Amino acid sequence: MMDHDTLRHLADTWGLVFLFLTFVVAVAVLFRPGASKHYKKCAEMPLKDDREPGK
Amino acid sequence: MGNVVLIVLLGLAAVAGLIGAARGHDGLFQAHAWVIVAASLVAIACLLQRLDRPKSSEAAEGYADGVVRYGVIATIFWGVTGFVVGLVIALQLAFPELNLGYSFTSFGRLRPLHTSAVIFAFGGNALIATSFYVVQRTCRARLALGGLHWFVFWGYQLFIVLAATGYLMGATQSKEYAEPEWYVDIWLTLVWVAYLLVFLCTLFKRKEPHIYVANWFYLAFIVTVAMLHIVNNLAIPVSFLGSKSYSAFSGVQDALTQWWYGHNAVGFFLTAGFLGMMYYFVPKQADRPVFSYRLSIIHFWALIFLYIWAGPHHLHYTALPDWAQTLGMVFSIMLWMPSWGGMINGLMTLSGAWDKLRTDPVLRMMVVAIAFYGMSTFEGPMMSIKAVNGLSHYTDWTIGHVHSGALGWVGMISFGAIYFLVPKLWNRSGLHSLRLVSWHVWLATIGIVIYAAAMWVSGITQGLMWREYDPNGFLVYSFAETVSAMHPFYIIRAFGGLVYISGAVLMVYNVWRTIKGSPATRAVAADAAAPQAA
Repeated sequence: MMDHDTLRHLADTWGLVFLFLTFVVAVAVLFRPGASKHYKKCAEMPLKDDREPGK
Repeated sequence: MGNVVLIVLLGLAAVAGLIGAARGHDGLFQAHAWVIVAASLVAIACLLQRLDRPKSSEAAEGYADGVVRYGVIATIFWGVTGFVVGLVIALQLAFPELNLGYSFTSFGRLRPLHTSAVIFAFGGNALIATSFYVVQRTCRARLALGGLHWFVFWGYQLFIVLAATGYLMGATQSKEYAEPEWYVDIWLTLVWVAYLLVFLCTLFKRKEPHIYVANWFYLAFIVTVAMLHIVNNLAIPVSFLGSKSYSAFSGVQDALTQWWYGHNAVGFFLTAGFLGMMYYFVPKQADRPVFSYRLSIIHFWALIFLYIWAGPHHLHYTALPDWAQTLGMVFSIMLWMPSWGGMINGLMTLSGAWDKLRTDPVLRMMVVAIAFYGMSTFEGPMMSIKAVNGLSHYTDWTIGHVHSGALGWVGMISFGAIYFLVPKLWNRSGLHSLRLVSWHVWLATIGIVIYAAAMWVSGITQGLMWREYDPNGFLVYSFAETVSAMHPFYIIRAFGGLVYISGAVLMVYNVWRTIKGSPATRAVAADAAAPQAA
C-alpha cells in the first residue's frame, strides 16, 4: 500500500513529467507538416449538407 | 416479434415490482416498487396499442429523430419544473413559512429535487437529445443497435422519477448530486451503459473518416460520468428489499471520493458535454466552421487531463492532507487555460461575422452562454485558491458562482440548441417568433445578473461577518445575525430567478407555437436573409 508521501512524491516528479510530455507530444502532432489542410476539412464537417443519406 | 418479447419482460418487471411492494422493508422501498409496477403497466399498454399497427413510420435507413423530439420536449418540461422548484426554495430561504410545515415540502427535501432536476433531468435530457442528433449528422449514420435508444430515453426518465419521488419521501445517501439510493443507482448504471453502447456503435459505423470534435466531448462526458457514478456510489445495502445503504468508504476517503465525483460532474457533465453542444450548434447557427480545430483538440485533451484532479478544492482546510488540497488548487488554476481555450474558440467562430448577432437572437443566446462560460471558469479557479476559499467557502458566493455557470452557460447554450433544433425536427420553416427569442435572451441575461450580483454581495458579507473578531478575540456576530443580514439579498435573488423563469416560459410558448405550425412571416424573412449575409 502506498502512503501519502510516496504518492505526493510521484505526483510532483513523474506525474509532472508525464503530463508535460503528453502536452508537448499533442501539440507536436497537431502542428505536424501538412496537417492544416486536414484540420480545415475536419472543421467543415458539420457545415456539409445534413439531409439524411438516401433522401 | 421484438415488441412481444418486450411486453413479456415488462410483465416480469411488473411482477418483480409487486413482490417488492408486498415484501419491502420500508415504506419508501414499497412506494418505489409501486412506481415500477405503474411504469411497467403503462409501457405494456403503449406497446399493446402498437402491436396491430404496421411498422413504425420512421424509415429504418433514415436518422432516428423521434427520440430527439421526445428529448427536446423532456428537456423543456424538466427545465421549467426544475427552475420553478428553485424559485420555491429561494423564497423559502427568504420566508421560512413557505416550508408549509410538511416534511415533503421542507427545504431539505426540495433542494436536492431542484439540483437534480436542473442538472440531471434538464441538463441530462438536453445532452442525450443533442448527442443523439449530433452523432447521427456528423457520422452520417443512423443510431446503432435498433431501438435501444428508446430504452436510454425512457430508462432515464424512470431514473428521474425514482430520484425525485425518493427525495420528496426523504431518501438520500447524503452525497451531494448523488443522493439517490443504491437500487436507483444500479438502474442508472444500466441505462448509462446502454447510452454508451448506442453512442459508441454509432461512431463505429460512421460514414465519415474523421470523428468530429463535438463527439469527442460527448464521449468523454458519457465515459467519465459512468466511471464517476459507479465509484462514488459503491455502497452496501442494508437489505435487498430496503432502501437504506452505507457507503463503501468512510471519513476523509469518503469525502474525497464524493468531491472527486462532485467536481467532475461539473467538469464532464456540465462542461464537456455542453462543449460538445457548442462545437456543433454554434458553427451551424453561424454557418461558419469552428475558429481553430487544432485549438479544440488541444483544449479537449488539456481539459480531460486536468479536470479529474481538481476535486480536492472542495475540501480546503479540512482533514484532507494539505498536499492533496494544494494539488486540487493547482490543477484548478491550470484549468483556466483549457476553459478559456474553449471560450475563445466558441466566440472567435463568429470572427468576421459579428453582424449576425444583430439579426439572429438564437446566435445571441449561444454567444451570451459562451460569455458566461468564460466568466464562471475564471471565477472558479480564483475561488479554488486557498486564501480566497477561506472567505468564499460555505457562503452564498459559491451559490452565485454555480448559478452563473448553470443558468448562464448550461441553460443558455441548451436554449440555443433547442431553438436551433425545433424547426428542424418538426420540419417547420422557422421559429414562431424571433422577437420572443430576443426577449428570452434579455430576460435570461438580466435574471442571471441580478441573481449573481445578489449572491456576490450576500456571500462576501456573510464570509466577512463569520470571520470578524473583536479585540478580545471573540466573534463579533452570532450566526443568526448573519442569517438576518442575508434576508434582502435572498429576496433579490428570488426576483432574479423569477425573471429567468419568465424567459423560459416564453420559450415554452414559442416552441409550442412552432410545433403547432404557424410560422411567423418575420421569422421566415430573417431565415432567408441569413445565408446571403454569410
